[in-house]
Amino acid sequence: MNFKIVSYIVGRIMQLEAVLFMLPLTVSLIYGEKASAISFLLSALIALAIGFFLVHATGKNDKMLFAREGFAIVALAWILMSAVGALPFVFSGQIPSCVDALFETVSGFTTTGASILNNVEALSRGMLFWRSFTHWLGGMGVLVFIMAILPQDSGRAIHIMRAEMAGPVVGKLVPKIKNTAKILYLIYIALTAIEVVFLLFGGMTVYESLVHAFGTAGTGGFGILGDSIGSYSPYLQWVITIFMLIFGVNFNLFYLLLVRQFKAVAKNTEIWVYIGIVVVSSIAITFNIYSMYESISDSVRHAFFQVASVITTTGYSTADFNAWPNFSRSLLVILMFLGGCAGSTAGGIKVSRFIIAIKTFFRDIRQMIHPRSVSGVSLDGRKLDDKTIHGVNSYFALYLILFLCIFLLISLEPFDFETNFTATLACFNNIGPGLGAVGPASSFAAYSAPAKLLLSLAMLLGRLEIFPMILIFTPSFWKKNK
Amino acid sequence: MKIIIAGCGKIGKTITETLVAEGHDILIIDNDPVVIEEITNICDVMGVCGNCVDSDILEEASVGDADLYIAVSDSDELNMLSCFIAKKMGAEHTIARIRTPEYNDKSLDVMKKSLELSMPINPERLAARELFNLLKFPSAVKIESFSHRNMDMIEVRLKEDSLLDGVKLSEIKHKFKAQVLVCCVQRGDEVFIPYGNFVLRSGDRIGVTASHTELAKFFRGAGIFQRQAKDVMILGGSRISYYLAEMLTNIGSTVKIIDKDEKTCETLSDALPRAIVICGDGVQQELLLEEGLNRIDAFVSLTGLDETNILVSMFAMMNEVPKVIAKINRDELVPMAEKLGVDSIISPKKIVSNVVLSYARALENSKGSNVETLYKLMDDKVEALEFNVKEDSKLTNVCLKDIKLRKNILIIGIIRDRKIITPEGSTEILAGDRVVVITTNKGLDDISDILAR
Repeated sequence: MNFKIVSYIVGRIMQLEAVLFMLPLTVSLIYGEKASAISFLLSALIALAIGFFLVHATGKNDKMLFAREGFAIVALAWILMSAVGALPFVFSGQIPSCVDALFETVSGFTTTGASILNNVEALSRGMLFWRSFTHWLGGMGVLVFIMAILPQDSGRAIHIMRAEMAGPVVGKLVPKIKNTAKILYLIYIALTAIEVVFLLFGGMTVYESLVHAFGTAGTGGFGILGDSIGSYSPYLQWVITIFMLIFGVNFNLFYLLLVRQFKAVAKNTEIWVYIGIVVVSSIAITFNIYSMYESISDSVRHAFFQVASVITTTGYSTADFNAWPNFSRSLLVILMFLGGCAGSTAGGIKVSRFIIAIKTFFRDIRQMIHPRSVSGVSLDGRKLDDKTIHGVNSYFALYLILFLCIFLLISLEPFDFETNFTATLACFNNIGPGLGAVGPASSFAAYSAPAKLLLSLAMLLGRLEIFPMILIFTPSFWKKNK
Repeated sequence: MKIIIAGCGKIGKTITETLVAEGHDILIIDNDPVVIEEITNICDVMGVCGNCVDSDILEEASVGDADLYIAVSDSDELNMLSCFIAKKMGAEHTIARIRTPEYNDKSLDVMKKSLELSMPINPERLAARELFNLLKFPSAVKIESFSHRNMDMIEVRLKEDSLLDGVKLSEIKHKFKAQVLVCCVQRGDEVFIPYGNFVLRSGDRIGVTASHTELAKFFRGAGIFQRQAKDVMILGGSRISYYLAEMLTNIGSTVKIIDKDEKTCETLSDALPRAIVICGDGVQQELLLEEGLNRIDAFVSLTGLDETNILVSMFAMMNEVPKVIAKINRDELVPMAEKLGVDSIISPKKIVSNVVLSYARALENSKGSNVETLYKLMDDKVEALEFNVKEDSKLTNVCLKDIKLRKNILIIGIIRDRKIITPEGSTEILAGDRVVVITTNKGLDDISDILAR
């Protein structure tokens, strides 16, 4: 393990966070919230000091970077970033408990959107802005951002990108990793800006539209009102529905659209399966909840909104789906597992993994019937190599084992089966609200401190797709020469 | 520039590494997913896995936007075909590796024209050309040519008890009565750009430029002169051996080629009527001695195995062959071989990557950069750059001694009307001159970058 490069890049992330604290600081100053402004300034200074120490204490001579350093950088950066990001909440006294503040920040960066706040509206504007801004940062990834702005003299940074970006296969859009990172962020920024404009049209204030655009873009789900999006106009709800779905799409496809490679987009299996699932489940839920609402348009809107929110793992809500009939609730739980497309800001297992797993399953069936048949698994007209298929299979296995372990531990809490199960599910898949006592209308506040820490870990595991976090708990991973 | 490289074998990989360091956008096409994964892990490049004549694959690599398409897969035919398709799909320039001797005669011109190839490259022939130059001037460990071969830099290793040991550079002119310029000195792992008060030591490897007559004077004076090799033994009957033997027999040298394989020997002896082809195991010392190892002028080891080349070369040196050259393909073996005393080493893939690099540089030059060509010397630790001096340059019409250069930069030659001028304090640079600069700094873009600030 090359600790120098790990410490150097993690240090840079800290410095970046210090700079980013200036945004909520400005917001606090605009709204005249002195206490919040001071806590942001204090946190920025601490982040700057840690960053300075990490960057300069070790020197940066050795730039060798392998897959293992990539994993370590990503895991450590995310943990440290969340810890420092929680400081303003504690300093300002708005979330006095350290564990609660950490849970809230991890939930923000991992774009989960699960909250321990029973009364969101009590927080200052600056704090709420920071909370939502963490969604935006965590959505595309902080290290991808660092790669877009830092000069890169080694081609090995791909290891960092692979460890942070979600999906079974992470490739580049253009030959240079720096340009790839830039393009991804430019698309991300552009789409966020477009959403802001649409929200402004619908009558939101600048502050509201920014906060909600951040929440949608990162597929996070922190709102600023107690009933999430419920009290906004139908137009705004539709805008957010559509943008949630857009941010659940693989960003490579937007690039392909930009460079006019429409054929390649049309050939992409994942996007069509994703759209299909959304439409079919929304229609099914519409019929299921038809009797609960006054007009058909209401039920269609609520169905689409909740499906989009859950499949993209955003976690906004316009209706308390906890009160819906059982079929709809079950369908939403299944969608929670599914998640968005690979290479998007969404969490979950990802649609493409399911496609590959199912195709592999059919191949295996075929091979049982014709034991000597030779057949591969192909996606988008391209044969997949065994390593990818193997990776998908082991991801499923690991996912299941971890999920069950966390669920078992969470079951020590005095809540019913449904609550504990969906709490684990909602955190592990970065969704936010679950069912039962953690439904859209309530919060995670009732859980004990150890449970909150465990759920925070689950969120990090889910966002970084398990492996980086698992590896830092493996002793041999840290050995110098092994 | 956007460059696509099809085929990522030994040569493809070396070219990739050099071009990436230059900051180009590189895309690799290869059949083997393992190769693609490996190269994308160590270099900042993008990989596409597939056949390089498949138009779908070429489209995926967006070949239409490529400034340069380089096909260096194993197969000549594949390279030609792939360049042809790439050109038709909109690649601006194409380079193909074509190395079969049969294709490298008149048919090459036909192919070049009808396939619209910008440049065919033949690594073996380029390597043979370099070997040939070395054998013509055996004092050199290596010869680098600049500016369309108008100027050479000769690399020499100073032996124990060399007459140059302890000599200050400023004394050379007086001591050896020759007008030469020492451009760079490699001592151990370090490379220096030396100034007048630099003192040479035994064991140094130095790069010298001068006109040919002055060089000969200098080498005679310093006692490192060797006459042209007339009697050459080549171990291994590869394509390089064939090209080299052909060049050598054409100027009347005696050539003996040793190879194990009977078929290879027969083909060679048919193709090279004037060379002596011997079928036998060249690793056997008995055979080498029997064929007169201790009477020849030069021994060149060109087998496919680097280790064999090193060991047999050491044996030849023990038998006091005046000039021994070994082919070593794997970079990591080169320093070891040098430590063992095998000084003259050629690496075909390095030669090719240098040729491609100069081509890419020239292309870029036409797009705005001012560096005419660039050469990498002394294990890539030193760069030599060639600039074209324009009218409005700050360097024109000033005596060189009045120009303040940045650290670690030396003007090693001025080429005016195809003649080389060895720079002295009183020399002036005129507009239209080509100036060759040597430096250990990287990233010079314009001739004004050499000035101290």
